[in-house]
Amino acid sequence: MAFIPHTEQDVAEMLAAIGAKKIDDLFDEIPASLRIKSLSGVPTALNEMEIARLMAERAKQDGRPLCFIGAGAYEHHIPAAVWAVTTRGEFYSAYTPYQAEASQGTLQTIYEYQTMICGLTAMAVSNASLYDGASAFTEASLMAVRANRKSRSLRVLVPTSVHPNYRKAAVAATGGQGLRFEEVPYNPDSGLLAVDALAKYDGEDIAALAIQQPNFFGALEDVDALTDWARARNILVIAIVNPTSLALLKPPGEWGTNGADIAIGEGQPLGVPLSSGGPYFGFMTTRMEYVRQMPGRIVGRTVDLNGREGFTLTLQAREQHIRRAKANSNICTNQGLLMTAATIYMALMGPEGLERVASASHARTRDLVAALSRTKGVRAAFDSHFFHEAVLILDRPVAPVLKSLASRNILGGFDLSADYPALGNALLVCATETKTDADIESYAAALGDAMQAALAA
Amino acid sequence: MSKVPSDLKYTKTHEWVKKLPDGSVEIGITDHAQHALGDLVFVEVPETGRTVTAGEPVAVVESVKAASDVYSPIAGVITAGNPDLAAAPELINSDPYGAGWLMRLTPADAGSLTQLMDAAAYETLVQAEGD
Repeated sequence: MAFIPHTEQDVAEMLAAIGAKKIDDLFDEIPASLRIKSLSGVPTALNEMEIARLMAERAKQDGRPLCFIGAGAYEHHIPAAVWAVTTRGEFYSAYTPYQAEASQGTLQTIYEYQTMICGLTAMAVSNASLYDGASAFTEASLMAVRANRKSRSLRVLVPTSVHPNYRKAAVAATGGQGLRFEEVPYNPDSGLLAVDALAKYDGEDIAALAIQQPNFFGALEDVDALTDWARARNILVIAIVNPTSLALLKPPGEWGTNGADIAIGEGQPLGVPLSSGGPYFGFMTTRMEYVRQMPGRIVGRTVDLNGREGFTLTLQAREQHIRRAKANSNICTNQGLLMTAATIYMALMGPEGLERVASASHARTRDLVAALSRTKGVRAAFDSHFFHEAVLILDRPVAPVLKSLASRNILGGFDLSADYPALGNALLVCATETKTDADIESYAAALGDAMQAALAA
Repeated sequence: MSKVPSDLKYTKTHEWVKKLPDGSVEIGITDHAQHALGDLVFVEVPETGRTVTAGEPVAVVESVKAASDVYSPIAGVITAGNPDLAAAPELINSDPYGAGWLMRLTPADAGSLTQLMDAAAYETLVQAEGD
Protein backbone atom coordinates (compact mmCIF):
# COMPACT_ATOMS: atom_id res chain seq x y z
CA MET A 1 0.00 0.00 0.00
CA ALA A 2 1.41 3.35 -0.97
CA PHE A 3 1.70 5.71 2.00
CA ILE A 4 0.21 8.70 0.25
CA PRO A 5 -2.81 9.62 2.32
CA HIS A 6 -4.62 11.88 -0.13
CA THR A 7 -4.07 11.44 -3.86
CA GLU A 8 -5.77 13.94 -6.14
CA GLN A 9 -8.24 11.22 -7.05
CA ASP A 10 -9.00 10.51 -3.35
CA VAL A 11 -9.64 14.19 -2.74
CA ALA A 12 -11.89 14.46 -5.82
CA GLU A 13 -13.90 11.41 -4.72
CA MET A 14 -14.34 12.72 -1.18
CA LEU A 15 -15.44 16.13 -2.41
CA ALA A 16 -17.90 14.51 -4.83
CA ALA A 17 -19.31 12.35 -2.01
CA ILE A 18 -20.21 15.40 0.07
CA GLY A 19 -21.19 17.55 -2.87
CA ALA A 20 -18.40 20.14 -2.64
CA LYS A 21 -16.53 21.46 -5.66
CA LYS A 22 -13.21 22.30 -4.06
CA ILE A 23 -11.57 22.14 -0.64
CA ASP A 24 -11.91 25.89 -0.12
CA ASP A 25 -15.71 25.41 -0.16
CA LEU A 26 -15.39 23.59 3.18
CA PHE A 27 -14.20 26.81 4.81
CA ASP A 28 -16.74 29.18 3.30
CA GLU A 29 -18.28 29.87 6.72
CA ILE A 30 -15.14 31.85 7.61
CA PRO A 31 -15.71 35.43 6.38
CA ALA A 32 -13.32 36.64 3.68
CA SER A 33 -12.24 39.52 5.93
CA LEU A 34 -10.80 37.06 8.46
CA ARG A 35 -8.75 35.09 5.93
CA ILE A 36 -5.05 35.64 5.51
CA LYS A 37 -3.90 35.36 1.92
CA SER A 38 -0.17 35.27 2.53
CA LEU A 39 2.19 35.16 5.48
CA SER A 40 4.24 38.30 4.94
CA GLY A 41 6.40 37.92 8.08
CA VAL A 42 7.61 34.43 7.23
CA PRO A 43 10.99 34.23 5.45
CA THR A 44 11.54 31.99 2.46
CA ALA A 45 12.33 28.34 3.06
CA LEU A 46 15.89 27.18 3.72
CA ASN A 47 17.25 23.73 2.94
CA GLU A 48 18.65 21.45 5.64
CA MET A 49 22.25 22.47 5.07
CA GLU A 50 21.40 26.17 5.28
CA ILE A 51 19.22 25.79 8.37
CA ALA A 52 21.87 23.73 10.19
CA ARG A 53 24.43 26.44 9.52
CA LEU A 54 22.08 29.22 10.61
CA MET A 55 21.22 27.44 13.84
CA ALA A 56 24.89 26.70 14.62
CA GLU A 57 25.67 30.42 14.21
CA ARG A 58 22.74 31.40 16.42
CA ALA A 59 23.80 28.90 19.10
CA LYS A 60 27.32 30.34 19.05
CA GLN A 61 25.86 33.80 19.82
CA ASP A 62 24.49 32.45 23.10
CA GLY A 63 28.00 31.82 24.35
CA ARG A 64 28.32 30.50 27.89
CA PRO A 65 27.52 33.51 30.06
CA LEU A 66 27.21 33.36 33.83
CA CYS A 67 23.42 33.61 34.26
CA PHE A 68 21.72 35.32 37.20
CA ILE A 69 18.35 35.74 35.47
CA GLY A 70 15.34 33.91 36.85
CA ALA A 71 11.99 35.61 36.29
CA GLY A 72 10.10 32.40 35.64
CA ALA A 73 12.75 30.12 34.13
CA TYR A 74 15.61 28.78 36.23
CA GLU A 75 19.02 27.33 35.51
CA HIS A 76 19.40 24.14 37.54
CA HIS A 77 21.85 21.30 37.19
CA ILE A 78 20.28 18.55 35.10
CA PRO A 79 21.85 15.13 35.72
CA ALA A 80 23.12 13.64 32.43
CA ALA A 81 20.86 10.62 32.87
CA VAL A 82 17.71 12.75 32.51
CA TRP A 83 18.02 13.49 28.82
CA ALA A 84 19.92 10.28 28.04
CA VAL A 85 16.80 8.38 29.14
CA THR A 86 14.25 10.90 27.84
CA THR A 87 15.63 10.79 24.30
CA ARG A 88 15.45 7.00 24.04
CA GLY A 89 13.26 5.98 21.13
CA GLU A 90 10.64 4.48 23.45
CA PHE A 91 10.03 7.89 25.08
CA TYR A 92 10.83 10.22 22.22
CA SER A 93 7.44 11.68 21.40
CA ALA A 94 6.06 15.19 21.80
CA TYR A 95 2.51 14.25 22.77
CA THR A 96 0.23 11.76 24.40
CA PRO A 97 -0.08 8.89 21.93
CA TYR A 98 -3.12 8.76 19.67
CA GLN A 99 -3.52 5.01 20.18
CA ALA A 100 -3.15 5.68 23.85
CA GLU A 101 -3.86 2.29 25.40
CA ALA A 102 -1.45 0.57 22.98
CA SER A 103 1.31 2.65 24.59
CA GLN A 104 1.28 1.32 28.13
CA GLY A 105 4.82 2.50 28.90
CA THR A 106 4.02 6.08 27.94
CA LEU A 107 0.81 6.02 29.95
CA GLN A 108 2.64 4.61 32.96
CA THR A 109 5.22 7.41 32.70
CA ILE A 110 2.41 9.98 32.70
CA TYR A 111 0.77 8.24 35.65
CA GLU A 112 4.06 8.34 37.58
CA TYR A 113 4.41 12.03 36.68
CA GLN A 114 0.91 12.80 37.93
CA THR A 115 1.64 10.93 41.16
CA MET A 116 4.88 12.86 41.76
CA ILE A 117 3.26 16.23 41.03
CA CYS A 118 0.41 15.41 43.42
CA GLY A 119 3.04 14.52 46.03
CA LEU A 120 4.87 17.83 45.52
CA THR A 121 1.74 19.99 45.63
CA ALA A 122 -0.24 17.93 48.21
CA MET A 123 -3.20 18.09 45.84
CA ALA A 124 -5.52 15.17 45.01
CA VAL A 125 -5.31 15.00 41.20
CA SER A 126 -2.96 16.14 38.44
CA ASN A 127 -3.41 16.25 34.71
CA ALA A 128 -0.81 14.99 32.25
CA SER A 129 0.71 18.52 31.87
CA LEU A 130 -0.02 21.64 29.83
CA TYR A 131 2.13 23.80 27.52
CA ASP A 132 3.81 26.10 30.04
CA GLY A 133 3.22 28.06 33.23
CA ALA A 134 1.38 30.90 31.49
CA SER A 135 -1.01 28.57 29.64
CA ALA A 136 -1.55 26.67 32.90
CA PHE A 137 -2.57 29.94 34.59
CA THR A 138 -4.91 30.75 31.70
CA GLU A 139 -6.54 27.33 31.91
CA ALA A 140 -6.72 27.54 35.71
CA SER A 141 -8.60 30.85 35.47
CA LEU A 142 -11.13 29.40 33.01
CA MET A 143 -11.45 26.32 35.18
CA ALA A 144 -12.01 28.31 38.37
CA VAL A 145 -14.82 30.29 36.77
CA ARG A 146 -16.45 27.01 35.61
CA ALA A 147 -15.91 25.21 38.90
CA ASN A 148 -17.05 27.95 41.28
CA ARG A 149 -20.76 27.25 41.33
CA LYS A 150 -21.30 29.65 44.22
CA SER A 151 -20.18 32.54 42.04
CA ARG A 152 -21.88 33.72 38.88
CA SER A 153 -19.13 36.19 38.06
CA LEU A 154 -16.22 35.95 35.62
CA ARG A 155 -13.96 38.04 37.88
CA VAL A 156 -10.52 36.79 38.88
CA LEU A 157 -8.41 38.78 41.36
CA VAL A 158 -4.75 38.83 40.32
CA PRO A 159 -2.08 40.53 42.41
CA THR A 160 0.36 42.54 40.29
CA SER A 161 3.08 40.50 42.00
CA VAL A 162 2.01 37.56 39.76
CA HIS A 163 4.32 37.01 36.76
CA PRO A 164 3.50 39.78 34.22
CA ASN A 165 3.64 37.36 31.28
CA TYR A 166 1.17 35.03 32.96
CA ARG A 167 -1.21 37.93 33.43
CA LYS A 168 -0.80 39.06 29.81
CA ALA A 169 -1.28 35.55 28.46
CA ALA A 170 -4.43 35.00 30.50
CA VAL A 171 -5.96 38.32 29.44
CA ALA A 172 -5.14 37.67 25.78
CA ALA A 173 -6.49 34.12 25.78
CA THR A 174 -9.70 34.60 27.74
CA GLY A 175 -10.96 38.02 26.66
CA GLY A 176 -13.32 36.44 24.16
CA GLN A 177 -14.89 34.42 26.96
CA GLY A 178 -15.49 37.50 29.05
CA LEU A 179 -13.13 36.80 31.95
CA ARG A 180 -12.14 39.91 33.91
CA PHE A 181 -8.78 39.99 35.63
CA GLU A 182 -8.74 42.64 38.34
CA GLU A 183 -5.28 43.71 39.47
CA VAL A 184 -4.61 43.98 43.19
CA PRO A 185 -1.55 46.04 44.16
CA TYR A 186 1.33 44.75 46.29
CA ASN A 187 2.68 46.53 49.34
CA PRO A 188 5.63 48.69 48.17
CA ASP A 189 7.65 47.99 51.34
CA SER A 190 7.33 44.23 51.38
CA GLY A 191 6.56 43.37 47.74
CA LEU A 192 3.72 41.23 49.09
CA LEU A 193 -0.04 41.13 48.72
CA ALA A 194 -1.61 42.08 52.04
CA VAL A 195 -5.02 40.81 53.09
CA ASP A 196 -6.14 44.38 53.79
CA ALA A 197 -5.58 45.24 50.11
CA LEU A 198 -8.43 42.79 49.41
CA ALA A 199 -10.88 44.48 51.77
CA LYS A 200 -12.49 46.49 48.97
CA TYR A 201 -13.73 43.21 47.44
CA ASP A 202 -15.62 42.17 50.58
CA GLY A 203 -19.19 41.30 49.70
CA GLU A 204 -18.54 41.28 45.94
CA ASP A 205 -19.10 38.30 43.67
CA ILE A 206 -15.60 37.06 42.74
CA ALA A 207 -14.85 33.66 41.18
CA ALA A 208 -11.17 33.24 42.03
CA LEU A 209 -8.04 34.70 43.61
CA ALA A 210 -4.58 33.95 42.17
CA ILE A 211 -1.70 33.65 44.63
CA GLN A 212 1.85 33.16 43.39
CA GLN A 213 4.32 31.63 45.87
CA PRO A 214 7.07 32.71 45.75
CA ASN A 215 5.72 35.73 43.88
CA PHE A 216 7.34 37.27 40.80
CA PHE A 217 9.72 39.24 43.06
CA GLY A 218 10.83 35.98 44.71
CA ALA A 219 9.11 37.07 47.93
CA LEU A 220 7.09 34.75 50.16
CA GLU A 221 3.40 35.64 50.46
CA ASP A 222 1.29 34.97 53.56
CA VAL A 223 -0.50 32.20 51.71
CA ASP A 224 -2.40 30.90 54.74
CA ALA A 225 -4.10 34.22 55.46
CA LEU A 226 -4.84 34.88 51.78
CA THR A 227 -6.28 31.40 51.23
CA ASP A 228 -8.50 31.65 54.29
CA TRP A 229 -9.70 35.11 53.23
CA ALA A 230 -10.79 33.68 49.88
CA ARG A 231 -12.39 30.54 51.33
CA ALA A 232 -14.49 32.57 53.76
CA ARG A 233 -15.96 34.39 50.73
CA ASN A 234 -16.51 31.34 48.47
CA ILE A 235 -13.67 32.50 46.22
CA LEU A 236 -11.56 29.70 44.71
CA VAL A 237 -7.80 29.93 45.20
CA ILE A 238 -5.47 29.39 42.23
CA ALA A 239 -1.98 28.69 43.55
CA ILE A 240 0.90 29.45 41.18
CA VAL A 241 3.95 27.68 42.54
CA ASN A 242 7.58 26.95 41.72
CA PRO A 243 8.01 23.16 41.92
CA THR A 244 11.56 23.34 43.29
CA SER A 245 10.41 25.57 46.14
CA LEU A 246 7.83 22.98 47.21
CA ALA A 247 10.64 20.81 48.55
CA LEU A 248 10.95 23.44 51.32
CA LEU A 249 7.76 25.49 51.40
CA LYS A 250 4.28 24.46 52.49
CA PRO A 251 2.54 22.87 49.47
CA PRO A 252 -0.65 24.51 48.15
CA GLY A 253 -2.79 21.57 49.28
CA GLU A 254 -1.98 22.66 52.85
CA TRP A 255 -2.41 26.42 52.53
CA GLY A 256 -4.74 27.86 55.16
CA THR A 257 -7.27 25.66 56.88
CA ASN A 258 -8.42 23.85 53.75
CA GLY A 259 -5.79 24.24 51.02
CA ALA A 260 -5.81 25.85 47.57
CA ASP A 261 -8.40 24.71 45.02
CA ILE A 262 -6.22 24.62 41.91
CA ALA A 263 -2.41 24.56 41.91
CA ILE A 264 -0.43 25.21 38.75
CA GLY A 265 3.03 26.26 37.72
CA GLU A 266 5.91 26.24 35.30
CA GLY A 267 7.55 22.80 35.25
CA GLN A 268 10.80 23.93 33.60
CA PRO A 269 12.90 23.87 36.80
CA LEU A 270 12.40 20.08 36.90
CA GLY A 271 15.00 18.94 34.39
CA VAL A 272 14.21 21.16 31.42
CA PRO A 273 17.08 23.34 30.09
CA LEU A 274 16.58 27.10 29.63
CA SER A 275 17.07 26.73 25.85
CA SER A 276 16.29 30.37 25.00
CA GLY A 277 12.78 30.22 26.44
CA GLY A 278 11.24 26.90 25.55
CA PRO A 279 9.72 24.46 25.03
CA TYR A 280 8.78 24.10 28.69
CA PHE A 281 5.73 22.52 30.31
CA GLY A 282 3.01 23.55 32.73
CA PHE A 283 1.61 21.44 35.53
CA MET A 284 -1.90 21.54 36.94
CA THR A 285 -3.53 19.93 39.96
CA THR A 286 -6.83 20.28 41.78
CA ARG A 287 -9.16 18.84 44.39
CA MET A 288 -10.98 15.62 43.51
CA GLU A 289 -14.32 17.44 43.53
CA TYR A 290 -13.18 19.61 40.59
CA VAL A 291 -11.55 16.86 38.52
CA ARG A 292 -14.29 17.01 35.87
CA GLN A 293 -13.60 20.70 35.36
CA MET A 294 -9.88 20.15 34.77
CA PRO A 295 -8.58 20.61 31.22
CA GLY A 296 -6.19 18.29 29.45
CA ARG A 297 -5.48 14.61 29.61
CA ILE A 298 -5.58 12.43 32.72
CA VAL A 299 -4.14 8.93 32.97
CA GLY A 300 -5.70 6.46 35.39
CA ARG A 301 -4.60 3.09 36.69
CA THR A 302 -7.00 0.18 36.36
CA VAL A 303 -7.14 -3.59 35.80
CA ASP A 304 -7.95 -5.42 32.57
CA LEU A 305 -10.41 -8.31 32.13
CA ASN A 306 -7.82 -10.72 33.55
CA GLY A 307 -7.16 -8.58 36.58
CA ARG A 308 -3.77 -7.36 35.35
CA GLU A 309 -2.72 -3.77 36.08
CA GLY A 310 -3.00 -1.39 33.17
CA PHE A 311 -3.08 2.33 32.41
CA THR A 312 -5.69 4.24 30.47
CA LEU A 313 -6.75 7.74 29.56
CA THR A 314 -9.64 8.53 31.86
CA LEU A 315 -12.46 11.08 32.28
CA GLN A 316 -12.29 11.77 28.56
CA ALA A 317 -15.87 13.03 28.45
CA ARG A 318 -14.37 16.40 29.52
CA GLU A 319 -12.36 16.60 26.33
CA GLN A 320 -13.13 18.06 22.94
CA HIS A 321 -12.99 14.84 20.92
CA ILE A 322 -16.10 13.82 22.91
CA ARG A 323 -17.73 17.01 24.19
CA ARG A 324 -16.93 19.11 21.11
CA ALA A 325 -17.75 22.79 21.60
CA LYS A 326 -18.66 22.22 25.26
CA ALA A 327 -15.34 20.65 26.19
CA ASN A 328 -13.49 22.06 29.19
CA SER A 329 -10.65 23.23 26.98
CA ASN A 330 -9.30 23.02 23.46
CA ILE A 331 -6.16 21.42 24.89
CA CYS A 332 -6.40 17.73 24.09
CA THR A 333 -2.79 16.67 24.48
CA ASN A 334 0.07 17.19 26.88
CA GLN A 335 3.69 18.35 26.76
CA GLY A 336 4.86 14.75 26.62
CA LEU A 337 8.61 14.98 26.12
CA LEU A 338 9.27 17.68 28.71
CA MET A 339 6.98 15.96 31.19
CA THR A 340 8.97 12.76 30.66
CA ALA A 341 12.21 14.60 31.42
CA ALA A 342 10.65 16.06 34.57
CA THR A 343 9.50 12.62 35.72
CA ILE A 344 12.98 11.20 35.29
CA TYR A 345 14.49 14.28 36.99
CA MET A 346 12.16 13.91 39.99
CA ALA A 347 12.80 10.16 40.16
CA LEU A 348 16.58 10.75 40.15
CA MET A 349 16.54 13.57 42.69
CA GLY A 350 13.97 12.14 45.05
CA PRO A 351 12.47 14.34 47.79
CA GLU A 352 15.87 14.65 49.49
CA GLY A 353 17.70 15.68 46.32
CA LEU A 354 15.07 18.26 45.44
CA GLU A 355 15.24 19.66 48.97
CA ARG A 356 19.01 20.01 48.64
CA VAL A 357 18.58 21.87 45.34
CA ALA A 358 16.02 24.20 46.93
CA SER A 359 18.10 24.83 50.07
CA ALA A 360 21.26 25.47 48.07
CA SER A 361 19.42 27.86 45.71
CA HIS A 362 18.04 29.80 48.67
CA ALA A 363 21.46 29.99 50.34
CA ARG A 364 23.16 31.09 47.09
CA THR A 365 20.61 33.85 46.56
CA ARG A 366 21.11 35.12 50.12
CA ASP A 367 24.86 35.21 49.42
CA LEU A 368 24.24 36.99 46.11
CA VAL A 369 22.00 39.66 47.61
CA ALA A 370 24.50 40.26 50.43
CA ALA A 371 27.42 40.48 48.00
CA LEU A 372 25.70 42.78 45.51
CA SER A 373 24.28 45.04 48.24
CA ARG A 374 27.83 45.88 49.32
CA THR A 375 28.19 47.84 46.07
CA LYS A 376 27.53 51.56 46.55
CA GLY A 377 24.17 52.55 45.07
CA VAL A 378 22.67 49.06 45.37
CA ARG A 379 20.12 48.00 48.00
CA ALA A 380 17.48 45.33 48.52
CA ALA A 381 14.02 46.58 47.52
CA PHE A 382 11.91 44.74 50.07
CA ASP A 383 12.14 43.69 53.71
CA SER A 384 10.35 40.36 53.12
CA HIS A 385 11.63 36.78 53.04
CA PHE A 386 12.53 35.35 49.66
CA PHE A 387 13.22 31.94 48.10
CA HIS A 388 15.80 32.09 45.31
CA GLU A 389 15.14 35.51 43.79
CA ALA A 390 15.16 39.06 45.10
CA VAL A 391 14.71 42.61 43.84
CA LEU A 392 17.58 45.11 44.04
CA ILE A 393 17.17 48.85 43.58
CA LEU A 394 19.99 50.67 41.80
CA ASP A 395 20.67 54.39 42.00
CA ARG A 396 20.85 54.59 38.19
CA PRO A 397 19.00 53.03 35.22
CA VAL A 398 19.26 49.26 35.04
CA ALA A 399 19.58 48.69 31.28
CA PRO A 400 23.05 50.22 30.80
CA VAL A 401 24.35 48.34 33.86
CA LEU A 402 23.06 45.03 32.44
CA LYS A 403 24.59 45.85 29.08
CA SER A 404 27.94 46.51 30.67
CA LEU A 405 27.72 43.27 32.68
CA ALA A 406 26.83 41.37 29.50
CA SER A 407 30.03 42.64 27.90
CA ARG A 408 31.77 40.98 30.87
CA ASN A 409 29.93 37.72 30.07
CA ILE A 410 27.49 38.07 32.97
CA LEU A 411 23.71 38.05 32.62
CA GLY A 412 23.03 40.19 35.66
CA GLY A 413 19.29 39.72 36.12
CA PHE A 414 15.91 40.79 34.82
CA ASP A 415 15.21 44.52 34.42
CA LEU A 416 11.85 45.20 36.07
CA SER A 417 11.50 48.83 35.01
CA ALA A 418 9.26 48.14 31.99
CA ASP A 419 6.77 45.94 33.89
CA TYR A 420 7.00 47.78 37.23
CA PRO A 421 7.85 51.46 36.55
CA ALA A 422 6.74 52.39 40.09
CA LEU A 423 9.65 50.41 41.51
CA GLY A 424 12.15 52.67 39.78
CA ASN A 425 15.52 51.19 38.80
CA ALA A 426 14.65 47.66 39.89
CA LEU A 427 16.61 44.51 39.05
CA LEU A 428 15.41 40.95 39.76
CA VAL A 429 18.34 38.62 40.51
CA CYS A 430 18.48 34.87 41.01
CA ALA A 431 21.11 32.35 42.01
CA THR A 432 20.58 28.59 41.99
CA GLU A 433 22.71 25.68 43.17
CA THR A 434 24.67 26.06 39.92
CA LYS A 435 26.43 29.20 41.19
CA THR A 436 29.66 28.98 43.19
CA ASP A 437 31.19 31.45 45.67
CA ALA A 438 33.58 32.45 42.91
CA ASP A 439 30.69 33.10 40.49
CA ILE A 440 28.98 35.35 43.03
CA GLU A 441 32.22 37.17 43.80
CA SER A 442 32.92 37.75 40.12
CA TYR A 443 29.41 39.21 39.68
CA ALA A 444 29.88 41.46 42.73
CA ALA A 445 33.26 42.64 41.44
CA ALA A 446 31.91 43.27 37.94
CA LEU A 447 28.87 45.14 39.27
CA GLY A 448 30.99 47.94 40.72
CA ASP A 449 32.70 48.43 37.36
CA ALA A 450 29.44 48.17 35.46
CA MET A 451 27.81 50.81 37.67
CA GLN A 452 30.70 53.16 36.93
CA ALA A 453 30.59 52.36 33.23
CA ALA A 454 26.83 52.93 33.18
CA LEU A 455 27.22 56.35 34.76
CA ALA A 456 30.00 57.29 32.36
CA ALA A 457 27.84 56.20 29.42
CA MET B 1 -38.97 -0.58 23.32
CA SER B 2 -38.40 2.02 25.99
CA LYS B 3 -40.95 2.95 28.63
CA VAL B 4 -42.98 6.14 28.24
CA PRO B 5 -45.28 6.62 31.28
CA SER B 6 -48.59 8.14 30.22
CA ASP B 7 -48.90 10.58 33.15
CA LEU B 8 -45.76 12.61 32.33
CA LYS B 9 -44.94 15.45 29.95
CA TYR B 10 -41.94 15.28 27.59
CA THR B 11 -39.54 17.39 25.52
CA LYS B 12 -37.87 16.88 22.14
CA THR B 13 -34.55 16.77 23.99
CA HIS B 14 -35.70 13.71 26.00
CA GLU B 15 -36.48 15.19 29.40
CA TRP B 16 -39.61 14.24 31.32
CA VAL B 17 -41.64 16.47 33.66
CA LYS B 18 -43.86 15.29 36.50
CA LYS B 19 -46.31 17.55 38.33
CA LEU B 20 -45.98 17.33 42.12
CA PRO B 21 -48.86 18.01 44.53
CA ASP B 22 -47.27 21.24 45.84
CA GLY B 23 -47.31 22.85 42.38
CA SER B 24 -43.61 22.26 41.70
CA VAL B 25 -42.38 19.79 39.09
CA GLU B 26 -39.83 16.96 39.04
CA ILE B 27 -37.57 16.60 36.00
CA GLY B 28 -35.42 13.77 34.70
CA ILE B 29 -34.25 12.15 31.47
CA THR B 30 -36.33 9.50 29.72
CA ASP B 31 -35.78 5.77 29.54
CA HIS B 32 -34.97 6.22 25.85
CA ALA B 33 -32.31 8.84 26.71
CA GLN B 34 -30.63 6.74 29.42
CA HIS B 35 -30.58 3.76 27.08
CA ALA B 36 -28.98 5.81 24.30
CA LEU B 37 -26.33 7.20 26.69
CA GLY B 38 -25.38 3.85 28.22
CA ASP B 39 -24.03 3.35 31.74
CA LEU B 40 -23.95 6.69 33.53
CA VAL B 41 -20.81 7.48 35.51
CA PHE B 42 -21.36 11.07 36.61
CA VAL B 43 -24.21 13.55 36.96
CA GLU B 44 -23.88 17.26 37.66
CA VAL B 45 -27.15 18.54 39.09
CA PRO B 46 -28.06 22.26 39.16
CA GLU B 47 -27.63 24.45 42.25
CA THR B 48 -30.71 25.05 44.35
CA GLY B 49 -32.08 28.56 44.01
CA ARG B 50 -30.91 29.07 40.43
CA THR B 51 -33.40 30.76 38.10
CA VAL B 52 -33.53 29.06 34.71
CA THR B 53 -35.22 29.69 31.39
CA ALA B 54 -36.89 27.10 29.18
CA GLY B 55 -34.27 25.36 27.03
CA GLU B 56 -31.35 26.47 29.22
CA PRO B 57 -28.68 23.80 29.88
CA VAL B 58 -28.96 23.04 33.60
CA ALA B 59 -27.36 19.67 34.21
CA VAL B 60 -24.77 17.34 32.69
CA VAL B 61 -25.08 13.58 32.41
CA GLU B 62 -21.90 11.70 31.59
CA SER B 63 -21.81 8.08 30.50
CA VAL B 64 -18.93 5.82 29.52
CA LYS B 65 -19.30 7.00 25.94
CA ALA B 66 -20.66 10.55 26.00
CA ALA B 67 -21.43 13.62 28.06
CA SER B 68 -24.67 15.46 27.36
CA ASP B 69 -26.39 18.56 28.61
CA VAL B 70 -29.84 18.35 30.11
CA TYR B 71 -32.09 21.30 29.28
CA SER B 72 -34.74 22.75 31.54
CA PRO B 73 -38.11 21.98 29.90
CA ILE B 74 -39.71 25.09 31.41
CA ALA B 75 -38.72 28.34 33.10
CA GLY B 76 -38.60 28.54 36.89
CA VAL B 77 -36.49 28.34 40.02
CA ILE B 78 -34.59 25.16 40.97
CA THR B 79 -35.72 23.93 44.39
CA ALA B 80 -33.65 20.73 44.59
CA GLY B 81 -31.10 18.58 42.80
CA ASN B 82 -31.20 14.85 43.47
CA PRO B 83 -28.46 14.37 46.10
CA ASP B 84 -28.33 10.58 45.58
CA LEU B 85 -26.94 10.90 42.05
CA ALA B 86 -23.52 12.07 43.24
CA ALA B 87 -22.78 8.65 44.72
CA ALA B 88 -25.10 6.59 42.49
CA PRO B 89 -25.47 8.03 38.95
CA GLU B 90 -26.61 4.56 37.81
CA LEU B 91 -30.01 5.30 39.43
CA ILE B 92 -30.81 7.06 36.15
CA ASN B 93 -30.19 3.81 34.26
CA SER B 94 -32.11 1.60 36.68
CA ASP B 95 -35.04 3.90 37.50
CA PRO B 96 -35.14 6.92 35.16
CA TYR B 97 -38.66 7.98 36.14
CA GLY B 98 -38.29 7.35 39.89
CA ALA B 99 -35.13 7.30 42.02
CA GLY B 100 -33.18 8.67 39.04
CA TRP B 101 -34.91 12.07 38.99
CA LEU B 102 -32.53 14.98 38.37
CA MET B 103 -34.07 18.10 39.84
CA ARG B 104 -37.17 19.85 41.13
CA LEU B 105 -38.28 23.25 40.00
CA THR B 106 -41.01 25.80 40.78
CA PRO B 107 -42.45 26.88 37.42
CA ALA B 108 -42.46 30.57 36.64
CA ASP B 109 -45.78 30.00 34.88
CA ALA B 110 -48.01 27.12 35.99
CA GLY B 111 -49.50 26.93 32.49
CA SER B 112 -46.15 26.28 30.77
CA LEU B 113 -46.54 22.51 31.08
CA THR B 114 -49.27 22.51 28.48
CA GLN B 115 -46.69 23.43 25.81
CA LEU B 116 -44.81 20.15 26.36
CA MET B 117 -45.45 16.85 24.57
CA ASP B 118 -47.76 14.20 25.99
CA ALA B 119 -46.75 10.54 26.10
CA ALA B 120 -48.29 9.71 22.70
CA ALA B 121 -46.45 12.53 20.94
CA TYR B 122 -43.16 11.58 22.62
CA GLU B 123 -43.59 7.93 21.64
CA THR B 124 -44.01 9.01 18.04
CA LEU B 125 -40.81 11.07 18.29
CA VAL B 126 -38.85 8.16 19.76
CA GLN B 127 -40.12 5.80 17.07
CA ALA B 128 -39.08 8.30 14.42
CA GLU B 129 -35.58 8.24 15.95
CA GLY B 130 -35.53 4.47 15.45
CA ASP B 131 -36.07 3.05 18.92
